[in-house]
Amino acid sequence: MLQDKDRIFTNLYGLHSPDLEEAKKRGAWYLTREMLQQTPEWICDQIKASGLRGRGGAGFPTGLKWTFMPKEVRDRPHYLVVNADESEPGTCKDREIMRHDPHLFIEGCMVASYAMRAHACYIYVRGEYIAEREAMEKAIKEAYEARLIGKDNVNGWDFDVYMHHGAGAYICGEETALLESLEGKKGQPRLKPPFPANAGLYGCPTTVNNVESIAVAPTILRRGADWFAGFGRPNNTGTKLFCVSGHVNKPCNVEEEMSITFRELIETHCGGIKGGWDNLKAVIPGGSSVPVVPADQILDAHMDFDTLRDLRSGLGTAAVIVMDKSTDMIQAIARISYFYKHESCGQCTPCREGTGWMWRVLERMAKGEAEMNEIDLLLDVAGQVEGHTICALGDAAAWPVQGLIRHFRHEIEDRITKYRAPHTQVRGSVVAAE
Amino acid sequence: MAEDLFKLNIDGKDIEVPKSYTLMQACEEAGAEIPRFCYHERLSVAGNCRMCLVQWKGAPKPIASCAQTVGEMRMNPDGTPPNVVTTGDYVEKARNGVMEFLLINHPLDCPICDQGGECDLQDQAMAYGRSGSRYSLNKRAVENKNMGPLVKTIMTRCIQCTRCVRFAAEVAGVEELGMISRGEDAEITTYLEESLKSELSGNVIDLCPVGALTSKPYAYNARPWELRKTESIDVMDAMGAAIRVDAKGDAVMRIMPVLNEEVNEEWISDKSRFIWDGLARQRLDRPYIRENGKLRPASWKEALSHTAGLLEGPADKVGFLAGDLVEVEQVKAAHDLAKSLGVKSADCRPAGSTYGANGVREQYLLNPTLMGAEEADAVLLIGTNPRQEAAVWNARLRKAWLWNDLQVGLVGDPVDLTYDYTHLGDGPAALDGLLKQKNDFVKAFKAAKRPMVVVGEHALASEHGQDILNAAHQIALDAGAIKEDWAGFGVLHHAAGRVGALDVKFVPEEGGADTETMLSGGLDTLVLLGADEHDLSRLGDTKVVYVGHHGDAGAARADVILPCAAYTELDATFVNTEGRVQMTQKAVQPKGEAREGWAIFRALSDVVGKTLRYDSADELREILREDNEVFAGLGFAPGAAGHAALLEAPAKPQALDKARPFGAAVSDFYMTNPIARASKTMAECSLMKRGLETPVAAE
Repeated sequence: MLQDKDRIFTNLYGLHSPDLEEAKKRGAWYLTREMLQQTPEWICDQIKASGLRGRGGAGFPTGLKWTFMPKEVRDRPHYLVVNADESEPGTCKDREIMRHDPHLFIEGCMVASYAMRAHACYIYVRGEYIAEREAMEKAIKEAYEARLIGKDNVNGWDFDVYMHHGAGAYICGEETALLESLEGKKGQPRLKPPFPANAGLYGCPTTVNNVESIAVAPTILRRGADWFAGFGRPNNTGTKLFCVSGHVNKPCNVEEEMSITFRELIETHCGGIKGGWDNLKAVIPGGSSVPVVPADQILDAHMDFDTLRDLRSGLGTAAVIVMDKSTDMIQAIARISYFYKHESCGQCTPCREGTGWMWRVLERMAKGEAEMNEIDLLLDVAGQVEGHTICALGDAAAWPVQGLIRHFRHEIEDRITKYRAPHTQVRGSVVAAE
Repeated sequence: MAEDLFKLNIDGKDIEVPKSYTLMQACEEAGAEIPRFCYHERLSVAGNCRMCLVQWKGAPKPIASCAQTVGEMRMNPDGTPPNVVTTGDYVEKARNGVMEFLLINHPLDCPICDQGGECDLQDQAMAYGRSGSRYSLNKRAVENKNMGPLVKTIMTRCIQCTRCVRFAAEVAGVEELGMISRGEDAEITTYLEESLKSELSGNVIDLCPVGALTSKPYAYNARPWELRKTESIDVMDAMGAAIRVDAKGDAVMRIMPVLNEEVNEEWISDKSRFIWDGLARQRLDRPYIRENGKLRPASWKEALSHTAGLLEGPADKVGFLAGDLVEVEQVKAAHDLAKSLGVKSADCRPAGSTYGANGVREQYLLNPTLMGAEEADAVLLIGTNPRQEAAVWNARLRKAWLWNDLQVGLVGDPVDLTYDYTHLGDGPAALDGLLKQKNDFVKAFKAAKRPMVVVGEHALASEHGQDILNAAHQIALDAGAIKEDWAGFGVLHHAAGRVGALDVKFVPEEGGADTETMLSGGLDTLVLLGADEHDLSRLGDTKVVYVGHHGDAGAARADVILPCAAYTELDATFVNTEGRVQMTQKAVQPKGEAREGWAIFRALSDVVGKTLRYDSADELREILREDNEVFAGLGFAPGAAGHAALLEAPAKPQALDKARPFGAAVSDFYMTNPIARASKTMAECSLMKRGLETPVAAE
């Protein structure tokens, strides 16, 4: 279990004031100037050495990503864009950072921008996050007034932060769709290549990072890469914010060591599963887009990227959705499927047409109305969506369905069988009564 | 250069292609066929249909070949060129999947769909589709959109490839089409459901790979396999776009563009495309003679002898006037007849024009050529609105502006050309000292390697026309636009027949009257060759012989009407504004008793006793080639070959400040010739353009 002294987000629950003075007491903006006196390469090396992997879902090594930016600023300026469009169902970590620890985040933006030789940073915040935007704007104002950021600031790196409020589309959390939206266009993913590091915002070199990845950076630099790398298992290091929701006694957001086992996470912080451990049915370990994992496989699994990948799921955003035995799995996945159908941008064929098809079949399966052979059909359709789309949303829509059929096929079959057995009689009696 | 090539292994075949190629192009180079819907070589890459997926060995997912640049591919870990596979189970399965998705919400209405038989989706479904549908749920329906009188929409058929959206935004330059909503609710629509305000909107019909956007006037008229297809040349403007005339029986059913990279790429204007219903209306299908103020039908014999009577008078009291759509053969025959009669008054130019009389061809051609717009770095437009006068060329200018950073300057009415330009003045006065103006355009123009000066023909149709031409020529010389490999000075015509007639030297001889003089009365007889764009009100007692195919201004004033064939009804020569000699092909029979234009004058020559020396169109063309060698080469534009004729400085322009402002050559794009004025479709477009939208009947 992570000790309090090792927490990065010391005001995660908003028990203290998010203001600059208080934040400084908690360590924010400490030694920032000294960090910025190092070379950008040094910062990237530190982040690489810390083993920090992107907290937005894909888990790409953050330090490596930063080094993809051109080594020199030529004719085009560099940009850092922070993805605060936290829309993955089940995820609620970035909003807490923005509300309660905004200065850590702004400091992170500055350090990361320096590491990538960017003088401007755009924070794209989700449309529904009104309070978060206001909190951030307040904190940015404080930072400007204290000359921590801005032109000729005390930290010695000219730096501006801009908040941009999205309009509430899930797809705008995809990095290239986010850039399109930021440019004022319709939020639709771009083709890759070119990758944003070559041609991103307004065609300039751009890196898009998650809020959490950025916010932990200054603390890593202050306390050393070794300290951060000391948590978790190799290749899955550091501390991580887990958002536990669903059928646990005390749902919560908590910063924990990476690779903590599921059982320990729930026992320590969430007061156990509702109705006891025997009542656990399945867990979606990383936000709605990763496949569900049944109870027996998840219980003692390490909550990290590699273990969950081996379970054919993923850590994603570490939004742990716990489901007990009262859960109607088919209905649950059907609901998730509806979400992806609703949020598909409609640009490319497999996702536009496939998400609606999958949802409709799942809705019928949830009632039991479907045909038995439609289970394989559904799996086939999910396979036709996965990997054939422009962005990762196609995969995100297909994985929950594949997870459902992989682990709960018997439930679908039972549902269909049950629906059929009495149904013929009932229908007969209704007709007879007229 | 070798370093710009990239090695690939496609389907086991090693090939080398330029690094800038897309993988799709590379695959085609290797002989593989890649299905596609959204990809179009003249539009930006969207990569959204996902039909062109191929396998790149080692990549975790199939690759959309249209969006993958070859130069950005990685070598195999062992350093061998990347292996790409375009066939086999893996690729087939991916494409099958995409095809199935495209079809689940596509209506199965091929039997009543106008696209049937020439539908990309239909064709590719044959190759990649399943034999039956696995989708048993309800299909999506989408409300149809109003896109004006030309484009019919059945939006349920749309597969959201966004070709039309990209065409409107990139080529046509009107951002009025777009995709709204998202996911399966995504729809293509025009802004507020208004019709497209573009002269090129009909091209979206060809671009649409399915039957979502079809031709409204052609709706339910014919099936593609019943049509007789004849490749020909368009005469709606002076570009001479390559077209295909599709006919059924005696009727032209539709007109489509044909690829001609040097002229129209693969676009045509709405006027070229939708004119065809005008070919069936207001036609002159038999000779007429005016008696007691009324036209009465007559036999050819009667009409010809009547005409011969009118031509008998003194030669200096007879004039010949050629119109905008007249083919070279007719002009040649008329000219020969005029000469044999001793008539000196013949003209083919708009009233007031003086250019072209000296016979120097380079002074009335568009020497830099239409395609030259893509090589030029700065264009100066003088008294012309290419959007109206050569709509397809305007799209090419826009393309050059968009991709080659072409700088455009305009002297004339400040109209919307779909691209940015520097407005340098309204009238001829601005030409005086133009290069001394201090602005970015003039700077770029003077520094340009290939500057281009284009004068609109309309600007020359005034008493100061020659001065304007001289001034423009001088500007070109001053900017260094005339050199060995670049003749950056030319005239943009807007009438298809003009350059051909000028090449035949259909201009007044010494002592002859020009258009303006002929029109001001005083002649005994005036022969109009399809000349309908003139003010005939001042003719007074002049007797008028009208040779033409449509009952328009000329026929209304005529004393004798001799009906001739229109451009779809004969093999005829036209010379476009670049000096490119091209031929139309006969697609349908002339209407009724109408005859080919040259044959009318041949017959007339017989009646007046001055028989012309050819008995067939081929013989006529033989003589044409003998008389003027430019007719010997078909399909090519002289371009810079004629630069030497332009090197000599012109006379110093006089009194430019007194010349009238340029104004507009074309007041109504849809109404520029008798065929267009007979077309119901063009009338609807014209009404719409003027904001007088006709109520659309409920469908």
